[in-house]
Amino acid sequence: MDAASLEGTARPSLSPRGLDARTFVRPAVIVALLAFVLFALPALLSLYYVDALTQVAIYAIVALGLGLLAGRVGLVSLGQAAVLALGAWVAARLLFATALPFPIVLLLAGLVTMALGTVVGLPALRLSGLYLALITLMLAGAITVVLATTNFPNGGHGFLGYNSNALHTPAMRRPTIASSDPAFFRYSVIVGALMFLLALVHVRTRPGRAWAAIRQSEAAARAAGINTTLYKLWAFALASFVTGVAGGLLAGSSRYLYSIDFPTQASITLLAVVLMGGIFSLWGAIVAALLLQLLPALLNSWGVSPDWLTILFGIGVLQVLTTAPAGLVDQVPKDLARVGRLLSGVARRRARTGESTP
Amino acid sequence: MIEVSDLTVRLGGVTALDSMSVNFVQGTCGLIGPNGAGKTTFFNVLSGFVRPVGGSVRAYGEDLLGMVHFRRARWGLRRSFQTEQAIEQLSVFDNVAMIHEHSRLSRASRRQEVLDAISFVGLEIDPQAKVATLGAAQRRLVEVARAVVGEPRLVLLDEPAAGLPDEETEHLSGVIKAIPGHTGALVILVDHDMSLVSACCGATAVLDFGTVIASGPTGEVLRDEKVMRAYLGTEEIV
Repeated sequence: MDAASLEGTARPSLSPRGLDARTFVRPAVIVALLAFVLFALPALLSLYYVDALTQVAIYAIVALGLGLLAGRVGLVSLGQAAVLALGAWVAARLLFATALPFPIVLLLAGLVTMALGTVVGLPALRLSGLYLALITLMLAGAITVVLATTNFPNGGHGFLGYNSNALHTPAMRRPTIASSDPAFFRYSVIVGALMFLLALVHVRTRPGRAWAAIRQSEAAARAAGINTTLYKLWAFALASFVTGVAGGLLAGSSRYLYSIDFPTQASITLLAVVLMGGIFSLWGAIVAALLLQLLPALLNSWGVSPDWLTILFGIGVLQVLTTAPAGLVDQVPKDLARVGRLLSGVARRRARTGESTP
Repeated sequence: MIEVSDLTVRLGGVTALDSMSVNFVQGTCGLIGPNGAGKTTFFNVLSGFVRPVGGSVRAYGEDLLGMVHFRRARWGLRRSFQTEQAIEQLSVFDNVAMIHEHSRLSRASRRQEVLDAISFVGLEIDPQAKVATLGAAQRRLVEVARAVVGEPRLVLLDEPAAGLPDEETEHLSGVIKAIPGHTGALVILVDHDMSLVSACCGATAVLDFGTVIASGPTGEVLRDEKVMRAYLGTEEIV
C-alpha cells in the first residue's frame, strides 16, 4: 500500500456525537431520578431514614473524591476521612465566626481543604501503590491526633474556636432555606449533584484524558506531553475540594461535631466501600455511600449491630478484587441480566412443555 | 536533522551508550543493533526519561536535552513504545486527541486533524470505540496515529512491528514510509525485522555496545562486515 492510497482511504463514517437516542435518554433518566430523590423520598420516608440519606448524599461526595483518585488516576489514598474532617473543621469555624451565607461557607471550606489536601497529595509525586497508601494513612492519623487535642469549634474564641468550659454549646447553623431535616436533605443532594457534575466535566475533558494516561503508564503520559506532576496534584486538589464541601455539609447536617466521629480507620472503611461500589464509574460513589451510611441505619432499625458490617465489607472487598474489579455498579446489572435470561429461558421451556402436553 | 554527538549514558555500572555520534538527516531512518545495544536507551534519552552523563543532541538546531520531558511533545517529539501504550480506558479518538491537545496547534481544527490522523494510518473503525476492545495490530495503528497528529518534527518508533503477522507488518510499513511526506517529520525506526527496515529506511545506523559501528544507505550498511559480525558474532567464537 503506498502513501497516496493510504491518504485516500475512505474515512470511517461518523455519526455526529450526541445525536443518537441514548444521549437524550440518559440525562432524562438522571433528572427523573433526581426529582424522585428530591421530592418523593422525603415525603415517603420517616425522619430517621431522611437523616440517613442525608449522610448518604454527603458521603457520596467523599466517595466521589476517592473514586476519582483511585479509579481515574490510580492513586490510592487512605487519608480521605481525615480530609473530610478538615473540611468540617474549616466549615464549623467559619459558621461560628462569620455570618457568611451557607453556600459561601461551603465554597470556602472546599477551597481551604483543597489547599491542605493538595499538600497531603505531595508524596504522590514520588510514591504510589502501597507506599502512598501508607503515607496518606499516617497523615490521616496525624490529623486525627491534632483534632483530638484541638477539638472542633464550639463557639469559643481564638483561632481554634473551642471553649472547653462551655456547658451549653450552640448548634451549627444551617442555610435559612434548609433548616428542617428534609430541606437539608434536599440541599445536600443538590450540592452533591453539583459536585458530581464538576467531576464529570473533569473526567470527560482534558484532565480526564491526562489522568487515564497517567493511570496506565506515567512514561507514556510524559511522552504524550502531559505534565504528570501538575495533573496528579490537580486530581488531589479536585478530590480535596469536593471532600471539603462534603465536610461543610456534614457540619450543617450534624450541627455538633466531635473529633471522635472521625477515627483514622474510617478512611480504610471508606476505601473498602469505594472499591465495592466501583471506582471506574461515578455511580459507584453512590453505591459506596449507600453501603457506608444506609446499611448501618437499616441494621440499627432491625436491631442488628452495625459492627458486623466490618466483616461484610471485608468479604465484599475480597469478592470485588477477585471477581469484579469494576465493582457492584458494573457487576449487579450484569448479574441481573443473567438472572433475567435464566428466568426467561425457564419460562420459555415451561411454555413449550405446556404446549406439548394436552 | 538530528545531530547526536558523544552521547554517553551510564545505567548503574553499565555504559549503555558509549560516545554515540550519528546524524539522522531526513525521511525515515533506521536504527538497528543486537539486543542490549542501547537502542531503547537512546530513545529514552530523547524522551527525557534518562539523563546522559555527557554529549548533546541537537534537533533542527535546538538543544533537545535542555527541554523538560513533557515539553518535548509540544516541541514536536512523538514516540511509540516497545509494549504499545495506547490508553485502554479511552476511545481511539480521545487517544489521538490527547496528543493534539498537548501540541502547539489550535483547538479549532482538532477534531478534523484527529480524524485525518486516524484515517492516515488506515484504521477503519469507529473512532469512538474503546482501545481496550481493539486487537494488537489496531492498537499499534492507534499508536502511530498518536505519533503523526499535531505537526510532529521527530517520530520515534520502537519496534512497531513486533509480534505482528506479515500482512499487518506490510500495511504498517506503508504507513511508516508515508509519515515524512505526510507530516514533514523525521522518523527513527527501531526494529529487528530487517525487511521492514530495508523497506522503510533510506539510511540506517547500527548500534553495538552503545557505539555506532556503521551508518549510511541501508543496503550498504546491512552488507557491512562489522554489522554482520555484531549480529552473528566473530568467526573465532563460532
